[in-house]
Amino acid sequence: MEATTEQKYTFKDFASDQEVRWCPGCDDYVILRSMQKALPEMGVKREDVVFISGIGCSSRFPYYMNTYGMHTIHGRAPGIASGVKLANPNLSVWVMTGDGDAMAIGGNHFIHVLRRNIDLNIVLFNNEIYGLTKGQFSPTSLVGQKTKSSPYGNTQPPFAPGELALGAGARFFGRIGGNVPKDISKILIESNKFKGTSLIEVLQNCVIFNDGCFNNITNKATKEDKQIYLEHGKPMVFGKNRNKGLVLNNIKLEVVTIGENGVTQEDLLVHNAKEKDLTMHQMLVRLEYPVATGIIRSVEEVTLEEREEELTRQVKADSKFKKTDDLFFSGETYTVK
Amino acid sequence: MISDKIKLQPEAIEAVVIRFVGDSGDGMQLTGTQFSDTSAMFGNDIATFPNYPSEIRAPQGSLYGVSGFQVHIGSVEISTPGDNLDLLVAMNPAGLKTNLYAVKPGHTIIVDSNAFSKKNLEKAQYETNPLEDGSLENYRVIQVDMTSLTKEALKKVEGLDNKSIIRSKNMFALGMVYWMYGRSKEHTIEFFNKKFKNKPSLIESNTKVLNAGYYFAETLELIPNAYTISPAKMNAGTYRIIMGNTATAWGFLAAAEKTGMELFLGSYPITPATDILHELVKHKHFGVKAFQAEDEIAGIASAIGASFAGDLAITTTSGPGLALKGEALGLAMIMELPLVIVNVQRGGPSTGLPTKTEQSDLLQAMYGRNGESPVIVIAASTPADCFYYAYEASRLALEHMTPVILLTDGYIANGSAPWKITSVDELPEIKNKLTTEVVENWHPYNRDENTLARDWAVPGTPGLEHRLGGLEKDSLTGNVSQNPENHEKMTKIRAEKINRVQNNIPDIKTEFAESGDLLVIGWGGTYGSLHSAVKKINEEGYTNIGFAHFNYINPLPKNTEEIFKKFKKIIVCELNNGQFAKILRINFDGFEFLQKNKIQGLPFGNNELIEEFKKLVD
Repeated sequence: MEATTEQKYTFKDFASDQEVRWCPGCDDYVILRSMQKALPEMGVKREDVVFISGIGCSSRFPYYMNTYGMHTIHGRAPGIASGVKLANPNLSVWVMTGDGDAMAIGGNHFIHVLRRNIDLNIVLFNNEIYGLTKGQFSPTSLVGQKTKSSPYGNTQPPFAPGELALGAGARFFGRIGGNVPKDISKILIESNKFKGTSLIEVLQNCVIFNDGCFNNITNKATKEDKQIYLEHGKPMVFGKNRNKGLVLNNIKLEVVTIGENGVTQEDLLVHNAKEKDLTMHQMLVRLEYPVATGIIRSVEEVTLEEREEELTRQVKADSKFKKTDDLFFSGETYTVK
Repeated sequence: MISDKIKLQPEAIEAVVIRFVGDSGDGMQLTGTQFSDTSAMFGNDIATFPNYPSEIRAPQGSLYGVSGFQVHIGSVEISTPGDNLDLLVAMNPAGLKTNLYAVKPGHTIIVDSNAFSKKNLEKAQYETNPLEDGSLENYRVIQVDMTSLTKEALKKVEGLDNKSIIRSKNMFALGMVYWMYGRSKEHTIEFFNKKFKNKPSLIESNTKVLNAGYYFAETLELIPNAYTISPAKMNAGTYRIIMGNTATAWGFLAAAEKTGMELFLGSYPITPATDILHELVKHKHFGVKAFQAEDEIAGIASAIGASFAGDLAITTTSGPGLALKGEALGLAMIMELPLVIVNVQRGGPSTGLPTKTEQSDLLQAMYGRNGESPVIVIAASTPADCFYYAYEASRLALEHMTPVILLTDGYIANGSAPWKITSVDELPEIKNKLTTEVVENWHPYNRDENTLARDWAVPGTPGLEHRLGGLEKDSLTGNVSQNPENHEKMTKIRAEKINRVQNNIPDIKTEFAESGDLLVIGWGGTYGSLHSAVKKINEEGYTNIGFAHFNYINPLPKNTEEIFKKFKKIIVCELNNGQFAKILRINFDGFEFLQKNKIQGLPFGNNELIEEFKKLVD
């Protein structure tokens, strides 16, 4: 949601007086700081910002923000946030969640909130592990991954959050590494601007229980070769030397090198985040090399609260009931003397 | 057609109990509703009780597919749908078989004799036809070929298929009963005109069949019009017939209007509570936000969110749904947010008896959460006072900053009764705890020193930004705290806060006797049955029996112990295995709480209660 304010905030205005208690070196600190820095740029009033979380490491987030917030129960943040937003559509409402909170215990709420398209911003801290309960596999852990609850290797195939989200009807999906604060801020600002439910998957490293899980994607030395950072309207190009790109070969995405086999920049696909058809966005979220980051999908549609408000306006205009008395005394009544 | 063995003398009577039964697709609910509405318009006091199977359309003719609707009408105050029938209208053998037990000997049974085919008799597990084998000779049986008469009446109406023709035979029965009780058909004909506005052929056919039944009863003079029921003596005012669930919904509308707050409902469909959702979704004109969530948990979760954001928030459910909402309810409790949870109780455990009534969620409402988690529990006692207790639940939630569980049950939720329309202006004030004032050192857990209710600041209020959560919080600042002494202190504050609600609720009153040999105790939806039983027994001369009915369960009224002391014996009557009796035993030492329990998915009958009470004092 967008609003303007005359007051100029700095990131300090959004930091609460509570001591931050994540493990030293956790990406959660990066996300927190990126949020605190992004909020002054969003033009929203501090009193209009609400953070809602469930349970898990990520869900401590609201305590550290000097805004309104609720640290609720496991998996239910989307439901609670939906109520907040429907009660007061002027608010900028954020759901801070993790892979277990969103896709295991809260899986039902997660898909339905994406389906409904209420203007909420969901930030999914994906670290492919349960951190707060000390290291069990999560619904995004890989097959074979050894964890406290899978000592011989995980046998449960994972969800791909992007695929699940698009399948559930997500209109906005972005993905970003947990170690790039400026990019995180940028995508948070875009998510807030987007009218409708937006979902950002942060590839967040858990230093204690799953250290290095995204290293081959997010490592600063190699990330440019491993990730393709997508921008709407720009060619799908990546690599340290900006000489690699994506083309469509039959019905698959293929990595090509500019200058090899006669490939030029013009041959590369151009990213269209606003394309309604899901096909390309699904291919992009599934891509293993390079891993797509940035805003993959951003297709605005009428939101649930807009539909509700419009219906309410119409019903109010047409109704003969202005006060409850009009209803109570309507229809068949009779008088006893 | 009428067995001559029973001669009926014309009699002036004060009240009659009529039950319409048939297949669940036979339109018995509609027939019963029409009859009760018409009677209420006429000025009778009424009480109704629909009883239908949980299958939407159970196999035709089967015993478990029988659907019924009972109406108790009278010129005196009526507080229950009655137990013994003056008239049974049975549209098929299965209906007769499953309801015959309730008909008073010597009283009337109207049957559709066309429905007593070999096949239907078999389905109803009759070895011989009860209309022929003499087994009904103690009753006044009126056999009417209703199906063929209906077909005959509709011979000339065009555009009707056989199914719609047969389906309208319930209106034949209704027409007959209208004539018997001297009721006008006009209300029902008006109803057809409205309901079938776009299907003129259905207006014509239903009206024709209704008339046919009416004139059948009149012209052939098969039935002496013996009964006269004059209007009841009721308090002056404007009335309407209201169903319990509608009254509940309207109570919340009234509370929202009174406080100037917006009403938010988060709900998931569940029998028998869904009608509250159905009702509230209609009222967008009052700004009601009704959100049908993906499950019970999201229903309460969205309500908690709306409450945090400053709406009057409610969630509606039945027993299994309350179980699912337990964790979220604990969250609302520890965050100290106002929230009303309506539990329209049904038979349990598990899926239990979804369409039948029971009072077996009392202990779940009291204790069904992890940790020490007290909330206010109140219960409505009649279809009409669901309005008042929904309002009251809102008032207590908002004034005390706590979840309130409102218990109703399938019996009063689906039953209807006259409601003296109450304007919002006549309702008590509600003082919510909303604050926008920025003061130094403000904390969300600043409490009113009398009630211990905390301040309520909502998003959008500058300067009062704060965080709430499910973790234990410091008693002063509201920040997360693991301090052992603080946890004990907070646990006790939360309990004491609910105890102090006693100062904001009325005393319990006894009826019929202030002191004496026996105190009859009930709570919630059994009011009608218990009241009418004690009244009756009192009129017989048992003036030593008093009656106290509880609507406030947690906390209990302040004077509860006082009234217990005035009676030699106490009997607690409830539709469960003794849950309220357990609560009383926990709270009051030195009393023996006798029990009268019924766990059959049915309300108490007058006679079973009277018998029990007499035994205790004779």
